[in-house]
Amino acid sequence: MSSVAHLPQDPLPIGPRPAPRALGGHFTAWVRANLFASIPSGIMTLLMLVLLGKACIAFWQWGIANAIWIVSGNDSSACRALRGIGACWAVVPEKYRFILFGTYPFDEQWRPALAVLIFIALFVVSSRRSFWRKELFLLWAAALIVIGCLMWGGFLGLSFVTQDRWGGLPVTLILATFGLAFGFPLGILVALGRRSKLPAIRSLCVLYVELIRGVPLISLLFMASVMFPLFMPDGVNIDKLLRAQIAFILYAGAYLAEVVRGGLQAVPRGQYEAADALGLSYWEKHALIVLPQAIRHVIPPLVNTFIAFFKDTSLVLIIGIFDLLTTAKTAIVDPAWQSFSVEVYVFVGVIYFVFCFAMSRYSRSLEAQRTQG
Amino acid sequence: MTTSTPKRPPSRPWRLSLSDPRVAGLFWQVLVVGIAVAVVAFLWSNALHNLSVRRISTGFAFLGREAGMPIADSWIDYTPKDTYLRAFIVGIVNTLRVAVIGIVLATVIGTLVGIARLSSNWLLARLAAVYVEVLRDLPLLLQLLFWYVLMQGLPAARQAFKPVEGVYLSNRGLILPSVPLHEANWWTILALVAGAIVFTFVRRRLIAQQMRDGKTRPAWPYALGLVVALPVLVSFLLGASWSIMLPELRGFNFVGGLTLAPEYFALLIALVTYTSAFIAEIVRSGIQAVPRGQSEAAKALGLKRGFVLQHIVLPQALRVIIPPMTSQYLNLTKNSSLAVAVGYQDIVSIANTTLNQTGQAIESIALIMMVFLTISLGISLFMNWYNARIALVER
Repeated sequence: MSSVAHLPQDPLPIGPRPAPRALGGHFTAWVRANLFASIPSGIMTLLMLVLLGKACIAFWQWGIANAIWIVSGNDSSACRALRGIGACWAVVPEKYRFILFGTYPFDEQWRPALAVLIFIALFVVSSRRSFWRKELFLLWAAALIVIGCLMWGGFLGLSFVTQDRWGGLPVTLILATFGLAFGFPLGILVALGRRSKLPAIRSLCVLYVELIRGVPLISLLFMASVMFPLFMPDGVNIDKLLRAQIAFILYAGAYLAEVVRGGLQAVPRGQYEAADALGLSYWEKHALIVLPQAIRHVIPPLVNTFIAFFKDTSLVLIIGIFDLLTTAKTAIVDPAWQSFSVEVYVFVGVIYFVFCFAMSRYSRSLEAQRTQG
Repeated sequence: MTTSTPKRPPSRPWRLSLSDPRVAGLFWQVLVVGIAVAVVAFLWSNALHNLSVRRISTGFAFLGREAGMPIADSWIDYTPKDTYLRAFIVGIVNTLRVAVIGIVLATVIGTLVGIARLSSNWLLARLAAVYVEVLRDLPLLLQLLFWYVLMQGLPAARQAFKPVEGVYLSNRGLILPSVPLHEANWWTILALVAGAIVFTFVRRRLIAQQMRDGKTRPAWPYALGLVVALPVLVSFLLGASWSIMLPELRGFNFVGGLTLAPEYFALLIALVTYTSAFIAEIVRSGIQAVPRGQSEAAKALGLKRGFVLQHIVLPQALRVIIPPMTSQYLNLTKNSSLAVAVGYQDIVSIANTTLNQTGQAIESIALIMMVFLTISLGISLFMNWYNARIALVER
């Protein structure tokens, strides 16, 4: 199409465009474009500014101006005098050791603290792309063993501490991390089973995934705490924390299996066929060719599942295991501090938020890298 | 190319070795199923033995016995003298009550927040982003306990907050004005629903006719007749009264009106805000998934803004939105079981009490699972039907 014959020979002359109307300086221009672009938008902005200002002033007065930050010697009378007017942040310095570490022996609490630091270091290392190698598995195994030794003790002069005295943040991290460390391989196996050509194995895997995903986590936890002992032979008594941990592994396995299955479906058929043509066995084909590609596809949804899972560990409150939320709730049973639950929940909320927000930022950066690369 | 039926490959004789894929397949299946059956049989025999040692009866006969369990918040008549079966039905109704209302509210709020995140108003978009980010990154149970504590910290009924006439917020919960519904009112509501259903069929016919000859036919006379005039007529003929009943403070509590107990209200707020944050993200990514060219092309055709959103962008976005939305609805329903933490008696809480009273753990948990599997299946079927309805029809 080279002809422009249908255009008039001499198009009407168009004068130069007028210069854009000046909107003012840099800042005013931005405000006009983003806050007061139209009349409804301007009204909306003003309305929100008023509400936001009111909320900020109210929070300032309650949370900062009238708040009590510290009291001496477990004496909450100053706080109670200001109830409803000012926050009592003093409850946090008073109770933080119990909230963070539960009933772990007070003088030994450096051990769970160190375990928490190891957990955080493990997460940071695992998030770096340059560490995604086989050695990472060894590192995880080593870290989890060290954490177990630290928490239990019983050697090198460390006193032995039974699981029922563990509590707080380490328990939350243990439930989440061990749940993932064992649930992830389980999820991969189940995802492979669900795509298997063998009908018996496929239906078993479908049954497992759909049963677990169809019921609330609480009913699984009830099962672990009430029903599980019924199913054990005489004399076998498994600790409550371990039972909840098993329930979490089964739960994580079912959800992660669905995520991994999505990744497996995204691997082109040609990859399977090429692996078959090379004469690789079923396990070689999946371990070397298919899974590395499949998992790379689903890293952002995997991280989102991790976040959901981390939050879900708080449900053990209902079966009475001392995780971070349970210790927080127990800390305010103390009659002196009973009426300051909001402050304690805010403190615990900040801890949960830091972990989850870091993970969700990370997931977003991974997604951004993927859409770029 | 030959068109004859494809020839089957000649069947090889079976070799009794694992290198034969058919034998290997059979072997692995028998092995895995065998292990699964053995584990289940082992657990089952242990359970039977333990139950007989502990003198716990089995079977669902306990459902017919007197429950003796008080239930504070119930929509159907219930006294502690009723049977366990009735207690379970109350629990199911309570679960559905919080799940259905929660799903509706979460969808509305989530959609609004999701659209607000895409607003050209910077402040609005920021606030929506903060809402989503904060609510998504805190455990639901923590949020639920937080709301419940706030609810308990509210003033007593005498000093209740009164934002609008007839609406009271106190530590007794939220009290709203209500309209007492008699038989005539129900018939009117029925007429309204029937009229709306007939109207959708009429509208569909009108659109089909417009497709054929290109003439636009107004739908509003039908709407006026079927959705407005018909119910008004029914209401008038049956003499239904629509007087609003305002709650009144008598003594230490309220009389009349619709009461949302603090447990129910806290659970509803927690579920709605938490789920709406996820729904907002789904709606936002659904709208962003519609290529910009679509709305630009529509604008170039001179279509109005609202029309573009309603007829060009949303139908395409819905196809992306519906599948993840289904799983959010399922999540909300399952999360409603957190009610047990604040003492709202849903199915899980009632099954838990039953379990403690009778010791029949297996039956109680089986009932929870059955109820939730049924609800999940119901939501999935409905959403799959809806998804198929709005799916792209390829020519």
